[in-house]
Parts: sequence; structure tokens; C-alpha cells
Amino acid sequence: MIPVQFDYLAPTSVEEALAALVEHGDEAKILAGGQSLLPVLRLRLNAPELVIDLGKIDSLRGVRDEGDAIVIGAMTPHAQVQTDPLVAEHAAVLHEAVQHLADVQIRHRGTLGGALAHADPAGDMGAPALALDAQFVIAGSSGTRTVDAQDFFVDLFETAIGEDEILTEIRIPKHTGWGAHYEKFVRVAHQWPIVAVAATVRLDGDTIAEARIGLTNMGSTPLRARAVEDALAGQPATEDAVRAAAAHATEGTNPPSDLNGDADYRSHLAGVLTRRAVLAAIGR
Amino acid sequence: MTRISLTVDGEKVSDDIEARMLLVQYLREKVGKTGTVIGCDTSNCGACTVHLNGQSVKSCNVLAVQADGGEVATIEGLATNGELHPVQTAFRECHGLQCGFCTPGMIMQSIDLLANNPHPTEEEVRVGLEGNLCRCTGYHNIVRAVMYAAEHGSSDSVQSEGASA
Amino acid sequence: MTATQERPADVQAEIGRDRRRKEDQRLITGRTRWTDNLQLNGMLHLAMVRSPFPHATITNIETSAAKDTTNVVAVLTGKDFGEELGVCINAWPITPDQKTPAHSPMPADRVAFAGEIVAVVVARTAAEARDAAELVEVDYEELPAALELKAAAAADENGGAIAHPDLGTNKSALWVFDSGEAGTGGDVEEAIASARTDGIVIEREYRQQRLIPAFMEPRSVVVDPTGEQLTMWSATQIPHILRFALAATTGVPESKIRVIAPDVGGGFGGKLQATPEEWITWAVARRLGKPVKYTETRSESLISAHHGRDQWQKLTLAAQKDGTVTGLKVELLADLGAYVALVGGGVPVLGAFMFNSIYKFPAYHFACQTVLTNKTWTDAYRGAGRPEATFAIERIMDELAVEVGVDPLEVREKNWIKHEEFPFTTVAGLEYDTGNYEAATERAKEMFGYDDLRAEQKRRREANDPVQLGIGISTFTEMCGLAPSRVLGSLDYGAGGWESATIRMLATGKVEVVTGSSAHGQGHETAWSQIVADRLGVAFEDIEVLHGDTQVSAKGLDTYGSRSLTVGGEALVRAADKVIEKARPVAAHMLEASVDDLEFTGGRFSVRGTDQGVAIGEIATAVFAAHDLPDGMEPSLDSEATYDPVNFSFPHGTHLCAIEVDTETGALKIRKYVCCDDIGTIINPLIVAGQIHGGLVQGIAQALWEEAVYDENGTLVSGSFVDYLLPTAADTINFDIDHTTSPSTTNTLGTKGVGEAGTIASTPAVVNAVVDAIRHFGVTDIQMPCTPERVWKAVNGGTHGGTEDTEGAAMPHFDEAEPGNSSTEGAGA
Ligand SMILES: Cc1cc2nc3c(=O)[nH]c(=O)nc-3n(C[C@H](O)[C@@H](O)[C@@H](O)COP(=O)(O)OP(=O)(O)OC[C@H]3O[C@@H](n4cnc5c(N)ncnc54)[C@H](O)[C@@H]3O)c2cc1C
Ligand code: FES
Ligand code: FES
Repeated sequence: MIPVQFDYLAPTSVEEALAALVEHGDEAKILAGGQSLLPVLRLRLNAPELVIDLGKIDSLRGVRDEGDAIVIGAMTPHAQVQTDPLVAEHAAVLHEAVQHLADVQIRHRGTLGGALAHADPAGDMGAPALALDAQFVIAGSSGTRTVDAQDFFVDLFETAIGEDEILTEIRIPKHTGWGAHYEKFVRVAHQWPIVAVAATVRLDGDTIAEARIGLTNMGSTPLRARAVEDALAGQPATEDAVRAAAAHATEGTNPPSDLNGDADYRSHLAGVLTRRAVLAAIGR
Repeated sequence: MTRISLTVDGEKVSDDIEARMLLVQYLREKVGKTGTVIGCDTSNCGACTVHLNGQSVKSCNVLAVQADGGEVATIEGLATNGELHPVQTAFRECHGLQCGFCTPGMIMQSIDLLANNPHPTEEEVRVGLEGNLCRCTGYHNIVRAVMYAAEHGSSDSVQSEGASA
Repeated sequence: MTATQERPADVQAEIGRDRRRKEDQRLITGRTRWTDNLQLNGMLHLAMVRSPFPHATITNIETSAAKDTTNVVAVLTGKDFGEELGVCINAWPITPDQKTPAHSPMPADRVAFAGEIVAVVVARTAAEARDAAELVEVDYEELPAALELKAAAAADENGGAIAHPDLGTNKSALWVFDSGEAGTGGDVEEAIASARTDGIVIEREYRQQRLIPAFMEPRSVVVDPTGEQLTMWSATQIPHILRFALAATTGVPESKIRVIAPDVGGGFGGKLQATPEEWITWAVARRLGKPVKYTETRSESLISAHHGRDQWQKLTLAAQKDGTVTGLKVELLADLGAYVALVGGGVPVLGAFMFNSIYKFPAYHFACQTVLTNKTWTDAYRGAGRPEATFAIERIMDELAVEVGVDPLEVREKNWIKHEEFPFTTVAGLEYDTGNYEAATERAKEMFGYDDLRAEQKRRREANDPVQLGIGISTFTEMCGLAPSRVLGSLDYGAGGWESATIRMLATGKVEVVTGSSAHGQGHETAWSQIVADRLGVAFEDIEVLHGDTQVSAKGLDTYGSRSLTVGGEALVRAADKVIEKARPVAAHMLEASVDDLEFTGGRFSVRGTDQGVAIGEIATAVFAAHDLPDGMEPSLDSEATYDPVNFSFPHGTHLCAIEVDTETGALKIRKYVCCDDIGTIINPLIVAGQIHGGLVQGIAQALWEEAVYDENGTLVSGSFVDYLLPTAADTINFDIDHTTSPSTTNTLGTKGVGEAGTIASTPAVVNAVVDAIRHFGVTDIQMPCTPERVWKAVNGGTHGGTEDTEGAAMPHFDEAEPGNSSTEGAGA
């Protein structure tokens, strides 16, 4: 319940934070909302010498409109993402998913950037980010780079963010008018998903023009269900078509087994939840 | 050691603390606000819920240094001039507590919930309390208490018939 | 003349009134006294070093680095202590030849479960103690561990691992009851044999998974050795038993020990224990002569505070073709974990008397083998033995109904004791005083809308609806009010079952009530006030109830087994009656009347046929002054009573549960839950409702969510609240509850006890509902907890899929996969 001793720094600019990161290397740890990091420290699963709190860097907070995309600051709390009108309009599946993340108290503190950087394959933010083709803006001492969603998640708790880099923004191409649904399956409400599916779909009349599907907890990273997307494109927006396409949900997945369910069960769930998510996204 | 200054239940406090000290430990051990309690080490139980700058947070999942300059409200600051907060009254009136260990967190979270949604449905109350565990009540009367508080408004503090101090 | 208001005769009776609780004002304002709140001058803090291995020899403990740390006062291991450390006791050896491993609070040579304490660090702050604990290096030599219950039970035959090699076996005790031998019924083997040729024999094996009581307040203990008396504050249910046990095992005279249970945040049996943590804190405080505190983390609590349940239950039920049961045979395997705990093996024995439940079974045989394993020790958890028994019998009665082809309520009614047959002596030898199963069932069915739900179930089944509906029934009874001392004696329990109460009439007319039962959420202060208010005719507000401190409440046997009201309440009534009898001659003296002409009503003695009278408070004042008392009269009205119950009480009820099963995913949704309980006289309906709601959710949680799961290394993988799944408000529903009342005839108030009813009844109601919903898929059982995975597998592969063991792995949400970061705090954090 008591973390190891560490020094604490609360820089007011990204540059300052980066400088500290460069100086301390892997002895330093970034603190965003702390909703995953503090349990890690309390359980003494990590023991950094320096904690760099991004909480005082105002520029990292907020949502803005950049024409064809919306940009969400890494330090924007879940609660703000949840109520932000730009997110609701242009990134509906993220808006849907964040309501189901943890609980009210944790959503008050935890941040979008922190959740994505933590890269828990059971985290609720990865699948929507993938489905929306989000881009991750990462700042390092030599400048800023942008990483596509499919390259961002590397492995369990591992992302493309380098040791001396900071995730600053998440750019989400606008998916205005796309139907969206996040289908999360849990045993009790305060759980991470056993499996969840993020679906966002563009309809053209009664036809599915395109669909983007992200899977949560079906492998060591969040995954895109591309086979389902391909099977859906151009299909009529009917239950039968969606059912047939959802059967591809497990292609390319490698789900874990644990006390909430084994891999077979998760694979089965992925199919059912994909069907339900897509149907809900197209209002069927 | 880092010096922090903040307001707790309307009073200014300042201390030198280790950076690793959690807000809940600071409140309990330094400020003497033992009304706020610790029920777990994974931030699941919500027993430690307080308000930080007007929002409910799990104070076991916030470093005290992060609260520097902020305003903290705990269960101990709710009653004013001996008058209970309507949510406190509702918990007693509806028997929303047994051992009372989850109660500070439940009440603080319920107040946050009602501030954002003054007239919640039963379902909204249940979901709004999903970050708070109670082992005694089965939640039935906790949910009833929040609905009761919503119904009886936040201005008048309801004195129940037969309630004893 | 007195501060006490006189109670007008027409004042509302307190008993039966929904008084708001007295204890709440403090609890809702944060003015609380949890043990961990205590700060004493010079107080030192402890951190425990725990074994990560389930079974290992301790070859060396290197403490010097920890000792050398600033602000660390001491680092102590089992070797550093002698007899002053005491031992953890088993108060209930269930058979004379029970194998009971020696249980040191901190073993010096060998650990027997992951989480066992091997060293303790004492420092000036809790943080420094924890830091130094990381520096203690323990060398272990791993030993083969007995983990899985059935394998451990068979170790004698298959050469498997032995939990305590010095005992030579994992089998601790075999406890048998046979109605033929006891003369309470016939021979079960005969019944089974004849049912095999001309009747129905149902054989089933049920799993009672391991549960964790998971009280919300982690355990905490403070010991102050600086006074003449050593004081222990502990988050315990049993301050009196602790005091006795400390004296008995650590050599400190009982008169030098004071134990205080201040505000205690729930127990549910989980704080009915004499724990290693308490004993170690005690020993350290005595060694160092300083106040010492230890508060566990939740992870520590989950691995080291005792667990509950964990049985395999094999049942053979014999019946006639019409569903009349002719015999029941029960064979249990019960997992004790690493040690025989305080009540330990007695828990399943308590269940022995309840498998026959509300039914008239002519023959009964019960055998329980308790088994030692290298897992956390087990002991009482809400219901203790009775939920296990109720679950098994209520599950198999459903199976009988299916076999006979009738509604499950019908087969129950055919076998239950009719209301006109009470008092009834059961095949297990207990005498049920009162009950009315017909009335409770009728009322429950009406509240439930039983016939409509059955019709809906049929519709969904015929339409092949992906969401199926199941209806589950549980008609339960339990034995409450532990317990007649003589019965406990006959079962070789180490103590009695009486309870004590004292009433002190203060000079100002206020009343102090001292009770020996120790509340931790049950609302004793309120209910006890109501009882005394009615009995003595004083105002509810004028009564103060004191408990939980052995110096205030010198005698008591504490709170568990739904005993507080039926036993402690009766003691209270008797003490109050003594006060009245002591006051009577004083009243006569004051009124210058004859004792025989006095009547006592509404708190007043009055002279029959006149308007002359005197209130009991006025008498208390007069007795205090003692200026003018009858000759030879002792100047005190204070009275004490110790009551030993003559029998258990037998609450019962009918619980009905409707569950929707999503056959596509296995997800379950509780649609409706109603119950009608007969708990005898109700003192406070608000408190009763609260006890039932909370009990229901604990029982439902066993059915659907909770399980302590170990991996093959003996690590508890459900070792935090992330993986040990307690339900939230969002997972539960509102309950419809009601009561029928047939007052108990064995105590004055007619009460029966309610603390465990909901937990005992609800588990089988829920599982019966789940199985009922999907029985047409060929499913006859789902192992608890009924996870969506098990349900889905059962739907798709028959029962087999529904009874697979839980995967011994958890999702590491917080583990950043940093190798080499092992924690000494929780074995499996
Ligand atoms: C009880 C409980 C329940 C939860 N339930 C869920 C759930 O259902 N679904 C879910 O998705 N999550 C859940 N979470 C996790 C939660 O969502 C956190 O993962 C999330 O809030 C993390 O964001 P944070 O801002 O708090 O990050 P922090 O905890 O501060 O940081 C997390 C990690 O990311 C790194 N990091 C943070 N920000 C940056 C950055 N800008 N650049 C580089 N590295 C960075 C940190 O160094 C750290 O390693 C739960 C947490 C708890 C305690
Ligand atoms: S103590 Fe903070 S959530 Fe449990
Ligand atoms: S009242 Fe005891 S935990 Fe909620």
C-alpha cells in the first residue's frame, strides 16, 4: 500500500518534462492521471527513482477541432472525453467506450493518454483508437513524430513510445455521421472487459459502406478485426449479413486464458459481441 | 520532503511530506481526518472517496503532492453547524449502512452523483456507484438512500421521525 | 426529581418499531473509531514478511540489512521468540484422534501456505517498516505442496504431497453421524438399497468453492503494553474469546489483559479468529515495551485471513417413485487449508444437522473427512456449514422433482414438516420448536407471481428464445443462536454458548446496558435499546448500550452464528426483569404500599386501584441516594444475567429467484428475487431488512461471482479485488422481502435470528434458477460460481462444460511486466 521512495517533479512544459526524462532515463516514470501507475507503485511492482507528473502542463489537456480531425490532448481526463461534444460527434465510438471505462472516480482522474500509454490489452481505449485510425503524436528531445494506431501498440504494456518520449496528443480523423457502438462484456461492473468490441460503421442507405472494428483483450494488444471489416464492406445492413461477417472476428487473434474465461470462450464471445456491436452501430 | 499546502474541509493545512505519500494517508495520518478510510490496495473499493477540487476521486489513487494547492472535501466536512447533509440524513433514514466502513466513500460518491444528475433513475444510481464496494447492505438500501436524497432535495435537511442523535 | 421522562402508558411499543439506528450519527459523519485510526505516543509500526511458497523449509533468514536501516527498531523471526509468542488454537477438535498440526503464529522452520508470516519488521513508521521488509532475505527450500482437495485427500493412497509431513497424512478427522446408530432414524443403506430396486436413487457431487469473507475493513491490531494491563485493540468479532485465548497461550494472566473491539467494519465470520497477526503484534509489544500497530493491506488480507467453504459434497438421495424421500447419505470432503483454525473442522460439522433441512427424512447418514492442504486456512464464513448443507439439499431436491416429473415446490411440500407437526424432532436429532413452511411458501409465491413466470418460461422455451428464463427455489431452515453449552460440550467444542448482559440504573435515571455480544455492523445499540426500553419502560433515548471492551463488558461470548439476539437478547430480558424485581420493594417502600399491591407497567410501579405510582427512574435516584431504603436492602438496582439457551432457534423461509440466461454468451441477469422469511418476533424491521439484503447478496455472490482460485504453484491468483469479484450496486437488484411469524418458543421474545438467513437461502435459489433455465439443453449442474463461461459451455456441451475448474490465472492489469520485481507484501500481487 506504500510505494517506494521517489523524487517528484511537476514540470509546466513538455520541454521541461522531456529534459528530465533524458536526464534520468529508465529511472524516471511519467505520471498522468495515476490511475494505473499508482496501483503499480503501491503494489511495488515498479520502483522508479523519479516521478514526472504531467498534471501541470496545461497544453496537454483539452479537445480541439482541426478540420478533418479532432485532436485530444494526452492529459485530457476520461470524464472530459466522455462529455466533450466534438468527441461525441466525430469519434462516437470513443465516446461510447469511455462511459464504460472503470468508474466515475477513476474517470475523473485517469487520462486518455495515460490509458493508451499503459497499453493494457484489456484497456477500453485501445480498440476505439484502432477503429478510428487514430494517430499518436509523440514528443522526444529531437522533435515530434506521429505514429499510426496499428504501429502504436507493440505488446503487453508496450507501445511505440520511447523511453525518453512523451505521448502528447491523439489525432482522430473525423468519423462524422458514422454509427458507433462499444460492446463490453464483464462479469461484474467494476471489471476490465473480458472481451469488448468497438464498432463504427458508415452506412450508405441500406448498405454498409465501410466498417471499422477494434477488439479488446483478444491478444497481447488491441486488434483490428480486418476480416470482419472486409466482409462487411458493401453488404446490406441486415442481421444475416452482419452475422456472417462477424464469424470472422477471431481471425488473427490470440486471446488469453484466465479465471474469467479460456481462449475458446473468448473467441466465441468475440463473434457474438462483434455481431451485436455492429448491429447496434447501424441501429438494428 | 516536499511542502504542500491545501484546503481540507475548508481549513488551510500545510505539511512537509514524502512524495510517495498518498492523499488518503495524508488525510488520515497528518490531518487527522480518520473518517476517510482505506479498504483496498488496488483502488477498487471506493472507501477512500473524497472530493478533490469539486470532483469525487479515490484518495488512495492520488498522491498528496498532486493535491497541492487544491481543495479537498471529506465526510467530516459535510455537516454544517450540526446540520447533516441531506445525503447523510438519507443514509440514516433509509438504513443505508451497517458497519459503516464503506459509508464515507458511498456518501461522497453519492453527492458527486447527485450534483451531476439531481434526479437519477435507480439504474443510474446503481451504475454511478459501481466504484464503491459494500459488503454489508447488499446495496438495496444504499440505492434507496440516494433516491431518497434526490427526492427530498438538497436544500432541506430532512429530520426523520424517531431518528435519534 | 428525575431526568427520565415518564412513559405514558399509550406510548408506542419499541419492539417491532423501525427505529433509525443510534450508531449511524457517528458513522455518517466520519466520527469513527476504527482500530487503524489509533495513534499512541511512541507507537511503532509492523510490516510482515510473508512466504511466497505454499510449502517450504526456511533455511535462513538474513535480517541484518533491514536491521541496519534508520528508524527500524527490530526485525524478529520465529527463532527470536520462545513460548511468549503463544500458539494459534483450535477450539474445536471434532474427534479425539483429530490430527492437528502445530500452529505457531510465525513458524521458525517451515511454512505451510503462501502468505504465512516468517519475519516481522518493527519501525517508527509504517512506510519505513515496509521498506525494510523488502530487505529481509529469506532462503527457502521448497517442499512438495498438497494443493487440490481431492488429491490431498487421496495422498495416503497415491503417495501425493503431505501438507504437514510430521503428521504423515493429510486426513485430519473423520466425523460421522448415523441416524440408525443414534436412534434418530433408520438405516440409510437399507433405504438406498430398496430405492435402487423399487424407487429413485439420485447421486450427485457438488462443489462448494472456496470463498473469502472480504469484510470491508482490513484487519488491524494495536497493542499497548505500557499500562498495568496490556491492552489490545483489534478489528475482531470476538474480544472476549481473544482475551481468553491470549491468556491461555501466552502465559499472561487473564486479569492483566484487556481487549477492545472498537468500531469494526464487518466480519461475516472472517473476524471470528485468533490470528497470527494479533499474536505477533502482542509479542512484539511485550518484547519492546512500546505500543505497536499492524494494519494489513487488502492483498495481505485476501491471502492470510481465513477463507471459507471449500468442500466437495457427495450426496445419495433415496426416494419412492412419488418423490417421498426415504433416506439421505452425505459424504463430505472439507478443505481445512494449512491449519485447523479456531472453529476449523467444526464448520462442516455444524452443517451435519442441516442437510435434512425442513424435511422428514426417515434415514440419514453424514460423514465428513477434513483434509489439510497447503493453502490459506479455512474457518467460519457467514452461515458456517449451514449454507453448504442447504445448498446441497436444495439442489438435489430440484433433481428429485425432475426425476419424479413434478414442480420442485411440490416435491418439497410432499417431504416437509407440516405446520401442525411442530415441535418436531428431526432425523439429525434436533427439536424444531416452531415453523410454518406452507405459509411462507404461499406468501413467497404470491409475491413472486410464480405462475406467470412459469408461463413466461414455457413461452421462451417453446420459441427457442436466445434468452431463457429459469426459476429457482430454496426452502431453507437453519439453526441459530449458538448455542446450548451442553450441546457444544457433547460436540467437544472448547467453550460454552451462553451470553451475558448487565443493566446499570444510573442515578439520573439513565440506563446503561452492557452486552457480551460484540457488534460490528448489526445495530445492537439500537435493537438492545428497544428491548430494554420496552421491558423497563424507559425512553429509547435514555439507554446507552456498551459492548466490545472486556473491561466494560467483562463477560461474553461475542457475535457470530446469529446468536446475539436469541441468546444475548434473552440475557438482556432476564437482567431487566431482575432490575424490576429489585426495584419492587423500594417502590413499595416509597409508596408505603404492600409489594403485593403493586403492578409494573409502562415503566411505573403503581398501587392497584389508585393513581399513586413511582417511575423506575425515580426509584433509581432514590436507590442512589440510599437515604431511605427498606431495611437490609442493597443500594443498587444493577443486575446481571447470564443465559444459556436450552435449544437452537430455527428460522426458515422460502426464497424464489428468476434469472435470465443469455444462451449466446452465458451471461446471467437476475430478474426478480423474493423471499418470505419466518424469523420469529422482529425487534426492528429496518435492521432485519438490512440483514436480509446483505445476506442475500453474499449468497448470490457465491452462486455467481466469488471464488478464491489458486494456481498450480499454490499462489492465490484471485489475490486482490481486481480478481476476487465482489458485486457492485450495478450488478445487483432490489429485493422483495416479507415475513411470516411463528415466534420461537424457547426464548421470551420469540426471536429466531436473521444474520445468516439470506446467505444460507439464496445460493441454491440462484443456482437452481440457472440450471432450470437451461435444463432442456441437457444441463443438470453448473459448478459455482456460475460464470458465463461455464454456463455457455454447459449449454453447448451439456453438464460437463459447466463443471470445469476455474483457470488458475489472472489478468495482470497493473503488472508492468518488470521482471525481478517481486513483492514480499502479497505473495501474488
Ligand atoms: C479499479 C480500476 C478499474 C479500472 N478499470 C478499467 C477499465 O474498465 N477499463 C480500462 O480501460 N481501464 C481501467 N482502469 C485503468 C485506467 O483506465 C487507467 O489505465 C487509465 O486511467 C490510465 O490513465 P492515467 O492517466 O491514470 O495514467 P497513469 O496511471 O498515470 O499512467 C499509466 C502509464 O502510462 C504512462 N504514461 C501516462 N501518460 C503518458 C504520456 N503522456 N506519455 C508517456 N507515457 C505515459 C505512465 O508512465 C504509466 O506507465 C482501471 C483502473 C482502476 C484502478
Ligand atoms: S482504498 Fe481507495 S479504492 Fe479502496
Ligand atoms: S456498511 Fe459495511 S461495508 Fe458497507
